[in-house]
Amino acid sequence: MQIALSVKNLTKKFGDFTAVNNISFDVEDGKFFSILGPSGCGKTTLLRMIAGFHKPTSGIIELRGKNVIEVEPNKRPVNLVFQNLALFPMMNVFENIAFGLRRRNEKGQVVTSKVSEMLERVGLPGYEKKEINQLSGGQKQRVAIARALVLKPTVLLLDEPLGALDAKLREHMKVELKKLQAQVGTTFVYITHDQSEAMVMSDHVAVMNSGHFEQLDTPQNLYNSPASSFVAQFVGNNNKFIVGLQKDESGNFYATTPEGGKFLLAEPFDIESDTTFEMYVRPEAMIINPDIDDKTINVLKADVKALLFDGGNSRLLVVPENSDMELIVALPQNHQFDYIKAKDKIRVGWHPKSAVCFKRSEEKIYEEF
Amino acid sequence: MKNSKTHKIRWSLIIFITPVLLWLFLLIVFPQLELLKMSFFGTGLPGKANFTFANYAAFFTEPIYWLTFVRTALYSITVTLLVLAISLPLTFYITKIAKIQTQGFLTVVVLIPFWISELIQVYGWMILLRESGILNKFLLSLGIFKQPHELLYNNVTMLMGLVYISMLFMIVPLIGVMQSLDDSLIEAAYDLGAKKITIWKKIIIPYVTPGIMSGSILVFMLVLGSYLTPKLMGGKNALWFTEQIYNSMIIYFNWNQGAAFGFLLLLLSSLIIFVALKITRQDFRKVIK
Repeated sequence: MQIALSVKNLTKKFGDFTAVNNISFDVEDGKFFSILGPSGCGKTTLLRMIAGFHKPTSGIIELRGKNVIEVEPNKRPVNLVFQNLALFPMMNVFENIAFGLRRRNEKGQVVTSKVSEMLERVGLPGYEKKEINQLSGGQKQRVAIARALVLKPTVLLLDEPLGALDAKLREHMKVELKKLQAQVGTTFVYITHDQSEAMVMSDHVAVMNSGHFEQLDTPQNLYNSPASSFVAQFVGNNNKFIVGLQKDESGNFYATTPEGGKFLLAEPFDIESDTTFEMYVRPEAMIINPDIDDKTINVLKADVKALLFDGGNSRLLVVPENSDMELIVALPQNHQFDYIKAKDKIRVGWHPKSAVCFKRSEEKIYEEF
Repeated sequence: MKNSKTHKIRWSLIIFITPVLLWLFLLIVFPQLELLKMSFFGTGLPGKANFTFANYAAFFTEPIYWLTFVRTALYSITVTLLVLAISLPLTFYITKIAKIQTQGFLTVVVLIPFWISELIQVYGWMILLRESGILNKFLLSLGIFKQPHELLYNNVTMLMGLVYISMLFMIVPLIGVMQSLDDSLIEAAYDLGAKKITIWKKIIIPYVTPGIMSGSILVFMLVLGSYLTPKLMGGKNALWFTEQIYNSMIIYFNWNQGAAFGFLLLLLSSLIIFVALKITRQDFRKVIK
């Protein structure tokens, strides 16, 4: 497979502040690649360097094997879909999409047919004469994407283009965008802070944090085997336990909590003395009131503090016995657990394979409550 | 209860609007109506003068009058275009390129000269440019000039002076619209392959056109109706149309003729602005917003 975009040791400094710190990655032709990170992690800076609006402090950006560091944005075979879309308000839909073609000195019938073909692709046939302020949010989105795609860029860069849409439309556009990308086969590089956008659409996701990549992997691997505690917390939801690790005579590894809990782990670890670890178990990996006879499952007794009803995303907020930490447990809406009420005592279990452990880091993404 | 409240509102409205209406009618509308009446009568004692179109006809039959107007209008258009050519890059620099911390400072620097009256500004130029002025002394001491030259009293100096005194009225509306232009529009055009000149032509200028038009109307009207600068800097043979009005009224004591010229100036300048708005396809209501 040909490499469409290759970034090597890219660094960008603003004065003393390092926004992007020695990042390298390759994107294969025709792939949907996402960069996922919290705001301020440097993802926009990285994207703007690829587009050509920022000059890197050091490093190389190659498009189909050609270094483009010295190439101006208007000559680079990449196009950017802006966060606020940046459609030209003084032009209608046709003129917006034809803008890039006109700059390449394409004229008349060729432009007309390319624009109408592109509009058909994004599901807005016959919209040529509409003014920009007559369009809805989702339609503007499509026009912005069409305006960039019509130039057949080597790589299409998208800077959180779904951010301004309401939740329902965003869900819809995620699927639309993925379908569109599969249809046109253009390489997409998409940046977002929304892990669900990244997971649903991408072939590969890079999780970015304070200027570097924490992990570059498929969405499945990011979810199932996060490489760092940052990824574990940022991708999907997770419950965090502060634990110590132990090894028994038969070679099994256990995580021990200060409250006296002892939980079997599936994988071996290098145990240094006195190191604190973080153990993560996802809410949806938690089993409510598991079979008492199943000895392979880690079990915790807990009080139900609250029922957080949110349709298919409903959860239980539980407090383990003798502890003041709070855990989130997914609550399937299949009537199996209808009997659970607030202040009940339940047992919560999980399979050892569901837990991951990392050395304790001081880094916090959000304020822990 | 309700009734007394509405009465209160009406009273406050009357209190606030009365001075405005008095000012508008006593100082502007009534004198103008009187002048309008005057412009349709021949010279003579009040009550004995006849109704006539002669004052208006004089403008078209005497070449000196309409030629002066054409000259004034052409110079005013030139000044407007020059002011625009300077203000566009200047306001672009202030709003888009300069750092946020320096933007306010730069705006103040541009505006400060206008705290001084037009007369003083023009005398400032005269001190700078006259035969015994600062510029002459400087060039003589450098040896570029062998003898002092009169730099005042020609059309170029007059244009420069007019550009200088009217610049503010273009810069203020332009800074407003330029600030509302989203930077990402410029970046998007650049990203889609546009050269710098194309970005100006296709994005920036179309976007700021309402600001350009309101600034241009202000500058054009101001320059067309200015009296001091052309008179002081333009010299003897540079006749401005306002000077014709002044001459008719004060030198020849023909107020009727002067009044007619005044209304012709108003009509013709409005016509020019109307045509300019039609050519640029701008809506007057949008421009004055």
